[in-house]
Amino acid sequence: MATEPKNYVDYETALKHFDVVFGIEVHIELSTKTKLFCSAPNAFGAEPNTLISPVSLGLPGALPVLNEKAVEYAIKLGLALNAKINKKSYFARKNYYYPDLTKNYQTSQSDEPTIGEGHLDLQISDTEMFRIDIERAHLEEDAGKNTHVGGAEGRIFGAQYSLVDYNRAGVPLIEIVTKPVFGAGENAPEIIAKYVRELRDIARTLEISDARMERGNVRADINISLSPKGSGKLGIRSETKNVNSFRSIEAAAHYEIIRHASILLEGETVTQETRHWHEATSSTTSGREKSNADDYRYFPEPNLVPVVISDEWIDQIRAEMPELPAHKRARLTKEWGFSPKDMQDVLNADALALVEMTVTHGTSAHNAKKWWLGELSRIAKEASLSLTDLAITPENVAEIQKLIDDGKVNDKIARKIITDVIAGKGTVAEIVANENLEIVSDDSALKKFVQEALAEQPDVAEKLRNGNMQPIGVIIGIVMKKSQGKADAKKVREIILAEK
Amino acid sequence: MANNINTNDLTLLTAHEQAELLNAKQVSSTELTGAYLNRIHALDEQVNAYLTVTDDVALKTAKEVDDLRAKGEKLHPLAGVPIAIKDIVVTKGIQTTAASKILEGWIPPYDAHIVTKIKDAKLPILGKTNMDEFAIGSSTEYSGYKITHNPWDLAKVPGGSGGGSAAAIVASLAPLAVGSDTGGSIRQPAALTGTVGVKPTYGGVSRYGAIEMASSLDQLGPCAKTVLDTAYLQGILGGYDAKDSTSLDYDHNRMASAALKGKNQDLHGVKLGIVRELTGEGFADDVQKSFDSAVELLKEMGAEVQTVDCPSFDYSLAAYYILMPSEVSSNLARFDGMRYGLRACGDNLSAEQTMRLTRAKGFGKEVKRRIILGTHALSSGYYDAYYGSAQKVRTLIQRDFTNAFEKVDALISPTAPTTAFKIGEKMTADPVTMYKNDIATIPVNLAGTPAMSLPSGLGADGMPIGFQIMAPGKMDDRLYFVGSALEQALCEKNGALYEKIQFGKQAVNMKTEAK
Repeated sequence: MATEPKNYVDYETALKHFDVVFGIEVHIELSTKTKLFCSAPNAFGAEPNTLISPVSLGLPGALPVLNEKAVEYAIKLGLALNAKINKKSYFARKNYYYPDLTKNYQTSQSDEPTIGEGHLDLQISDTEMFRIDIERAHLEEDAGKNTHVGGAEGRIFGAQYSLVDYNRAGVPLIEIVTKPVFGAGENAPEIIAKYVRELRDIARTLEISDARMERGNVRADINISLSPKGSGKLGIRSETKNVNSFRSIEAAAHYEIIRHASILLEGETVTQETRHWHEATSSTTSGREKSNADDYRYFPEPNLVPVVISDEWIDQIRAEMPELPAHKRARLTKEWGFSPKDMQDVLNADALALVEMTVTHGTSAHNAKKWWLGELSRIAKEASLSLTDLAITPENVAEIQKLIDDGKVNDKIARKIITDVIAGKGTVAEIVANENLEIVSDDSALKKFVQEALAEQPDVAEKLRNGNMQPIGVIIGIVMKKSQGKADAKKVREIILAEK
Repeated sequence: MANNINTNDLTLLTAHEQAELLNAKQVSSTELTGAYLNRIHALDEQVNAYLTVTDDVALKTAKEVDDLRAKGEKLHPLAGVPIAIKDIVVTKGIQTTAASKILEGWIPPYDAHIVTKIKDAKLPILGKTNMDEFAIGSSTEYSGYKITHNPWDLAKVPGGSGGGSAAAIVASLAPLAVGSDTGGSIRQPAALTGTVGVKPTYGGVSRYGAIEMASSLDQLGPCAKTVLDTAYLQGILGGYDAKDSTSLDYDHNRMASAALKGKNQDLHGVKLGIVRELTGEGFADDVQKSFDSAVELLKEMGAEVQTVDCPSFDYSLAAYYILMPSEVSSNLARFDGMRYGLRACGDNLSAEQTMRLTRAKGFGKEVKRRIILGTHALSSGYYDAYYGSAQKVRTLIQRDFTNAFEKVDALISPTAPTTAFKIGEKMTADPVTMYKNDIATIPVNLAGTPAMSLPSGLGADGMPIGFQIMAPGKMDDRLYFVGSALEQALCEKNGALYEKIQFGKQAVNMKTEAK
């Protein structure tokens, strides 16, 4: 058995010899006001151990009561995943010892979860869909959070002591488990990432989670195994835990495929284990060895009654379902006159909601796309921020575009306004006013600059007078300089033609 | 009586009688509570009924009741009557250990639902009573702190796990007590001490704040000298609680009216069933004889008595000793030294080592045995054979009850196979000797139905014998009706059993004379 190969083959070689089989477990933290089994608040970022109750602390004698909202959220998700909603579902205890688990068992759904089999179709090219079959989605409580102090990379190994924060203990989670997925071929890493992204978008659309990857609201565990090409036999899997960006998900899957293939091609067997993804080295390392003998001693949670869901309840939730992301994308592509590639670019930039909001505020879809995928993406990248974290709203962007459309500023100034808004220098209107950025379209001022420029460049002026328009840019450039970049270039050209 | 009340007599009265005196302002709660505290301090060293005595807490409530009564405020009928609470129930600000070393020093930051109800009704809390560790045991010998003695014969056990509450009642160290019953922990001690104990319908009394032993079986209930007193106490303890998902909503005030009605001793139209599987073989002769003569009394009062078969009851002990340890193994997992209670310390211990050492040090032998049993029963590959089969037996037992209750209104049996045994007698290498004490009490826990034990007489050894009545779910009032009739008939025939006890009478008189 091996955890690392001696040499790594390349991706093409891996795919030539093996079929990729994957399975994904995605945990989504629900944004209910209170925790899954008690009235302690469910919130992010509070002082450690302040969002607690006897129940979430697992104090002796404290009993759980199921949060109805969490069940409602599960039903919503189930409907979005085309899944069977079980009329009767149960909670069980998953028994294991860990300091972040207050009762030393996790209350989770086992054999009879609220959400049964379903599927999610992913658009993988202009014409092609790929179906991910879902085994189940179950409700469970999150554990607390351990912080290991003194070890490398915050890991427990080598740590001097550990701190536990139980604020997260008892926060509701939905875990969505796929069936083994076959036939994704070389696109497996991309499809995996796309699937997680789709779930993230669905969770946001349904407003059942803040669904922020960087906060751990969405956590993906990726199971990969390889089987000899065409054999149809399941190989030994590895599970890469908690990879928390779409890019990392894709990279981790890619890495694992190569690692498995390399080990197998060396004639070794893959060790069944948990792997940890390292962003810095773009590789995974061996975690806990995981055998099928992990025995959680599941048994029905005696303190909770069965979750009973009526048809009326499902119908009511169905009637209130918002438009789902896939449908919305198709609709917007059409409404905006986008090509599938345009839409894909927007999605890859994680900018759909931003573009849509900008359009809502009056900007054309193409202009909105141009800003968010161009200048704003560049700024975000430089600052290592996500687009949503930039201190500029779609409304701001729409406002700036309107200044351009109205001929009040040019592109260059618009970019300066954007920079200033992000820098917190004020509102768009304030920046335009304070910095006197409004374009110079006052004819007399421009006329004066043009005359000056022509006088300064008699040769050019001569050429222009003779009908050779080629060097007109020289004059425009001088005028722009004189106006400190505020001149409307179109207007300048008109004046030059009149004044030459 | 009212003219020459002294505090000694007071503690020998029933809670109901005490409540009448309080309401008539003939005694103050401070006097009554003080009398109990005096008695506890004078006598409990012989009994070990209490783990913690809370003088200040009790007297504060007593004074509050007296002040309110003086102002003419409307009070709960039992306001001012003191109460003892089994240490398995979480009490805010009062050490709660479930008689385990692993919880030594734990001062809970919250109250169990029933403690809130007791506080609302303003019953002074005398203290926390001893028990087998985490309610695991049938003799109170498995307490992590001390062994409780049976006040009828201090060399004998008071039963368990609620031996502390039962002994406190019969020794007049508390007029009322709360117990918990997972497989008989209220009823078997009641039988062995000649007191009354009731396990209400599962869900009848909120379990919120009752430290879990086996959650699907645990139920809190009342202990007292008389059926009427337990009925009044169930009226306080019972009722729906949103914090317990298994809580049921039904009226608990009708228990007292049923008990009062029972005193008329008219059982015409009442059909009773003797459980064939819970009589005869395995039950001591004097227990069987006492049971038979109680049945005669029931018939004399007009009850129709027949024998019914509950064939699956033969498997109840086996099923119970799978299900209960399974739940125990999970429920007791949280005691790991990380958050509260005992923490084993040492140099450079990892969290895992700390957990392991804490549990090795903090849990007693029988608790460990059950954790190991349950862990095994739930483990992969064994689950279906053990837990799965036991759940099926449980269903069969429920079906037996359902069938039986189609024929009769209530079922009857002896509560325990024998009278109280000697301390140490059953602490043998074979734990099953001890487990067999609960043979008659376990079926109702598996079915979730209510049952009562009341004394039916004394055995050849002069020790009390218990009589068990079982009713359908939510029909707890039938226990009180039939139990009260039998109690009344027995009392008229033989006098009140609890008055026959010698313990404490002399000691208290001497102490009073000295004053």
